[in-house]
Amino acid sequence: MPNAPGRSGFRGPAPAPLRGRSRSRRRGVAGAAALLVTAGTLAACGGDSGGTPTLTWYFNPDNGGQVELARRCTEEADGRYRIETAILPRDASSQREQLVRRLAAKDASIDLMSLDPIYVPEFAQAGFLAPVPEDVAERVTEGVVQSAIDGATWDDELVAVPFWGNTQLLWYRKSVAEAAGLDMTKPVTWEQIVTAAQEQDVELGVQGIRAESLTVWFNSLIESAGGSVIEGNADDPENLELGLDSDAGRQAAEVMKMVAESGQAGAAFSTENESASAAEFEGERGGFMVNWPFIYAQAVSGVEGGTIDQAVLDDYGWTLWPSVLPNVPSAPPLGGIDLGIGAYSANVDFAYEAAECITTDENQAYYMINEGNPASSAAVFDAPDVVEKFPMADTIRQSLEQAAPRPQTAYYNEVSGGLQREYHPPASVQPGDTGPKAAELIAAVLRGEQLL
Amino acid sequence: MSTTTLPPTKKDAPKSAPAATTSDRARSERKLGWLLAGPAFLVMLAVTAYPILQATYESLFSYRLTDPDNRSFVGLQNYGVILSDPLWWQSLWVTALITFVTVLVELVLGFALAMVMAKALSSIRPVVRAAILIPYAVITVVSAYAWQFAFDINTGFVNSWFAWIPGVGTDTDWFGDFGTSIFVICLAEIWKTTPFISLLLLAGLAQVPEVLQEAAKVDGATWWQRLWRVTLPNMKAAIMVALLFRTLDAFRIFDSIFVMTAGANGTESVSFLAYRQTISRLEIGLGSALSVLLFLSVVLIAAIFIKGFKVDLAQARGEG
Repeated sequence: MPNAPGRSGFRGPAPAPLRGRSRSRRRGVAGAAALLVTAGTLAACGGDSGGTPTLTWYFNPDNGGQVELARRCTEEADGRYRIETAILPRDASSQREQLVRRLAAKDASIDLMSLDPIYVPEFAQAGFLAPVPEDVAERVTEGVVQSAIDGATWDDELVAVPFWGNTQLLWYRKSVAEAAGLDMTKPVTWEQIVTAAQEQDVELGVQGIRAESLTVWFNSLIESAGGSVIEGNADDPENLELGLDSDAGRQAAEVMKMVAESGQAGAAFSTENESASAAEFEGERGGFMVNWPFIYAQAVSGVEGGTIDQAVLDDYGWTLWPSVLPNVPSAPPLGGIDLGIGAYSANVDFAYEAAECITTDENQAYYMINEGNPASSAAVFDAPDVVEKFPMADTIRQSLEQAAPRPQTAYYNEVSGGLQREYHPPASVQPGDTGPKAAELIAAVLRGEQLL
Repeated sequence: MSTTTLPPTKKDAPKSAPAATTSDRARSERKLGWLLAGPAFLVMLAVTAYPILQATYESLFSYRLTDPDNRSFVGLQNYGVILSDPLWWQSLWVTALITFVTVLVELVLGFALAMVMAKALSSIRPVVRAAILIPYAVITVVSAYAWQFAFDINTGFVNSWFAWIPGVGTDTDWFGDFGTSIFVICLAEIWKTTPFISLLLLAGLAQVPEVLQEAAKVDGATWWQRLWRVTLPNMKAAIMVALLFRTLDAFRIFDSIFVMTAGANGTESVSFLAYRQTISRLEIGLGSALSVLLFLSVVLIAAIFIKGFKVDLAQARGEG
């Protein structure tokens, strides 16, 4: 039964003569409190209480690195603005889902957002990103590796600020490579590592799960073979030109099939993600693996925590992502995070100032050391503490320079989803057949004639 | 059977005081009824009817959330696209398969559990009931993760515990193909919702008159005969309501598929397909059309149960 009006929260009778006054005073206090709360809430929504403007930074979960950068930059702003953080879901596609829905409703609370570069074109095309001022664009691209700039560019204009730029390396066990007689100082091909894994009967860690990881793998294969998933009209869904039915597309599919049928990709290859590959590689049968550099930081903390032997970590080797064609450099995967500034933010200028602060070389070095995610600024890779923590820093920089972004289109979700549907499971890929089928599916989906 | 009372006309109304009182009372009761149910009815309209109508309206447009300027009316084209796509029929088949298997197994298991709850020794009855109901208290996403971790080739214990079963080994990838994925998805659903069915059946069991059981016993009926001839026929209404509710629920399966396979290996359900078009692809028109079709499927199931199997919801609630 609901409480009678005026009774809720009222404990014990007040002395009779004072009761009326006490109640009205209490009501007055409650009213004032409600007003204060409402005013505070409204101010928080507007992001500007008339005092210090508050910027809200929506970011992907990490180990606290971005919160620390927000603190540092708030301090540096010296009272002109304050950065608050709001956490997004763990995977990139869920982050996009949440941001897109808020931005479609013109959410003014989004000042800064950590964006996966694959979604930058979609956000830019929809007008969700505030234009980057020319002087800011000049400053934030200075000394930044080209692939990271490309990932933050749409329609020949920089639309986001490159923050960190990820790339995959080929990780190998030195003992296995030596036993197989592979010279890892020179670029190796997929065929070579598959053969070596078979000869040594070790596992080859590749991400075959039906998820973004599969697109990452396929895109780098086709780029390494000299092709591209999208060859033209990236912003026209009706006439998008796909390069899947090509020699490069067939060569990429051949590598996928070769790995899937090698017998060395693990029993759960079709559900294998990055973490599963890392776990395999740390195990007794670990041999080769393509993966992001976070796995090294993970192995180091494994050694510190006593779950991995130092000898295993000492056996870790790294080199550039494998080539598809002999003597042709590979195009490793590109990942990372860009900072987008919300188009509906009330404090765009401060938000760009904050973005510049977050992406200084010093802060990028801090972020790389503490989170294991590579910087987008080339100079950071020479910082002594970075080199000390990441002996492969130079390889990462070279890989970033060589890396190819995934298809840049406002319809990325359809392209990637179509690829995943047709190229999964990798064992079912038919080199002459899957490419045309995937191209047909993606085109039909983009024309609105088919479901995905 | 129900009776309908017409409001008394002036001509027929006796001029005596009691009749006038009855009429006033009926009127005021009706008024009170509306006053009590009215707010809930309005809330229902706002949270149920409005979204259904809006989805139906949106389904007639080609509308992408990131491109509102190019929104255009396309009539029934979205429905044409969906109904001519094999993916829709595949998802419908998968959804129907999961619904049929889970509801059937849950019915049998749920009935057995209801019998245990009803007949357990009174000293342990509360513990038994609480233990049986625990899975139903677990959030579906949590239950889906728990089952996924259990069957996962790297983190799971199922492969090593059940390696003695032919076909199961340490390298069995449960989420690697259609059959095994559906098996684990169904298992998780059955574990989670059997308590719901057993609760409804327990209520039905309580309605079976004890005198009938005793009469059957006196006539020399075996336990099995009493079950088939006395218990089950007398709880038909409860069984049908349990089936109806669970079928409607099972047909909307989403969480377990989302967590365990994300639709890989052809395990997409109709709800998952609607999610992918609306939330991932941001195609509001196409997604709304899918939602409307899902809604119509659910209405069809309810209609088949209520009209086809003559389920009397009032009777099952003990109002008949």
